[in-house]
Amino acid sequence: MKVEQISIFIENKSGRLAEISRILGESGINIRALSLADTSDFGILRLIVNDVEKAKSVLKECGFTVNKTEVVAVEVPDRPGGLSHILNVLDSEQINVEYMYAFGERCGGNAVIVFRFDDTDKAIETLTGSGVHILDGERLYSM
Amino acid sequence: MYFNEEFETLPRPALEALQLKRLQAVLERVYAHVPFYRDTFNAAGIKPGDVKSLGDLERLPFTTKQNMRDSYPYGLFAVPMEEIVRIHASSGTTGKPTVVGYTRKDIDVWSELMARSFVSAGAGKGDIIHNAYGYGLFTGGLGAHYGAERLGASVIPISGGNTKRQLMIMQDFGSSVLTCTPSYALFMAEEARAEGINFKDLRLKVGIFGAEPWSEAMRDEIEAKLNLDAIDIYGLSEIMGPGVAIECIEAKRGLHIWEDHFIPEIIDPDSGQRVAEGERGELVITTITKQGIPLIRYRTRDITSIIYEPCICGRTHARITRMSGRSDDMLIIRGVNVFPSQIESILIGIEGVEPHYLLVVDRVENLDTLEVHVEVDERIFSDEIKILQRLAKRIEKEIKDKLGITCTARLVEPRSIQRSEGKATRVIDKRKL
Repeated sequence: MKVEQISIFIENKSGRLAEISRILGESGINIRALSLADTSDFGILRLIVNDVEKAKSVLKECGFTVNKTEVVAVEVPDRPGGLSHILNVLDSEQINVEYMYAFGERCGGNAVIVFRFDDTDKAIETLTGSGVHILDGERLYSM
Repeated sequence: MYFNEEFETLPRPALEALQLKRLQAVLERVYAHVPFYRDTFNAAGIKPGDVKSLGDLERLPFTTKQNMRDSYPYGLFAVPMEEIVRIHASSGTTGKPTVVGYTRKDIDVWSELMARSFVSAGAGKGDIIHNAYGYGLFTGGLGAHYGAERLGASVIPISGGNTKRQLMIMQDFGSSVLTCTPSYALFMAEEARAEGINFKDLRLKVGIFGAEPWSEAMRDEIEAKLNLDAIDIYGLSEIMGPGVAIECIEAKRGLHIWEDHFIPEIIDPDSGQRVAEGERGELVITTITKQGIPLIRYRTRDITSIIYEPCICGRTHARITRMSGRSDDMLIIRGVNVFPSQIESILIGIEGVEPHYLLVVDRVENLDTLEVHVEVDERIFSDEIKILQRLAKRIEKEIKDKLGITCTARLVEPRSIQRSEGKATRVIDKRKL
């Protein structure tokens, strides 16, 4: 039920994002979703790609610090209040969202949002128990 | 003007005869009371009685900061603790600082040498001395304080920090002599300008600046901005504290080292051999009157040269030139001594931090700044911003807690710190002194 995300440490200096996308592009890796968190000195680029292991190894070869993290891809009904319902369920179980970002593609009629929780397993259990649909890695990488 | 005319102007033959007598006495004392010296003298095959001239000093082994650390805390003391009335320790050392102890007589000598230094700088009994050196384990504050009292001046023990209050007191109390680090003097000048205070309206006439390296260009700037004569003072806690050597206001050319209490030598830091007069090298000092912790041929690691030619002020004591650097990698940041290895050991102590680091020292608006660059590898990397920010904060806090220096920790990409021949460049000092 979990999805693998890679995160890459980047200093705030020109050309770093371009460099990463060039490396991935030349290795035939497709970026499916991304989010960039930044401070004044550094940033963390988080990616969902179609080939996690390959992406990790080519970036490491080029000297980047890369980590793999488990995140959860949740189907969110594409209507007013769709996200609100999901967040309320999580909140009632005191599960915190560390960060989240939207996935580019839709799944059926629903939007897909990638979540990083403080307690991933409990989040999955809570959400599935409340009838929320979660996408697995296989499905997501090939969407 | 002199504080102790007889000794400050002692003709050289008499001065050297006094030095030899005092040297022989201190060698007997340390040989009898300090096992470290007995061992090192024996290993070098020399007994105190073998020293028959000042030239024989060269046959004695050196003492280093490491020897002091190895003898932590009191191993090099030459008197019982009952006779020690004060203990100071070197600033900013992690783990084991270097500890020095003073007998009542040591405090007395120090006070006199600081009083002599004040007079040499042009200060006198009628002055109001604004002492902005830090009070505490650091020798600066109390050293200058006791000297000012010995002189009979009025001393304001304001210590460092709270610049606005310093300026107010300077205005209201009529401070006429300022003692602090040269960079703090410039910082005060900026603050004063922001507050609309003109130094021409103050009574300050002399500033005595030390505890960190500075330059002639900085002197010009300080004199212009603070409207005073800026005098360079030298000292180190191991030897005594401030007042080991000072410029005279008449010449402002070289710092007279009080040779009736200290014997200076200049050596080649690599070979350990003395260099010719006037040549640059490492300053080595032997204390010949100290009781608490006499040091024989102590390697200061400060680079200077020495001149014996007579000075227009009439003092016969030799002059050392402005310190031009260090023979080791010690950095002096806002008056605090730091070795890169100390920062390295703090970084290693923080879980997961690989010691690929770079220290960038700069001077921004007259204050020293330290940036610690740390490479982020997989062990410390996280996908969450807050975890990395917490790590940076922790590095800053540990360096502040253990070394007393405020720094900025910057996380950088792996391999962004240059390595040369497999060894990383650890320090970039951008300060233009």
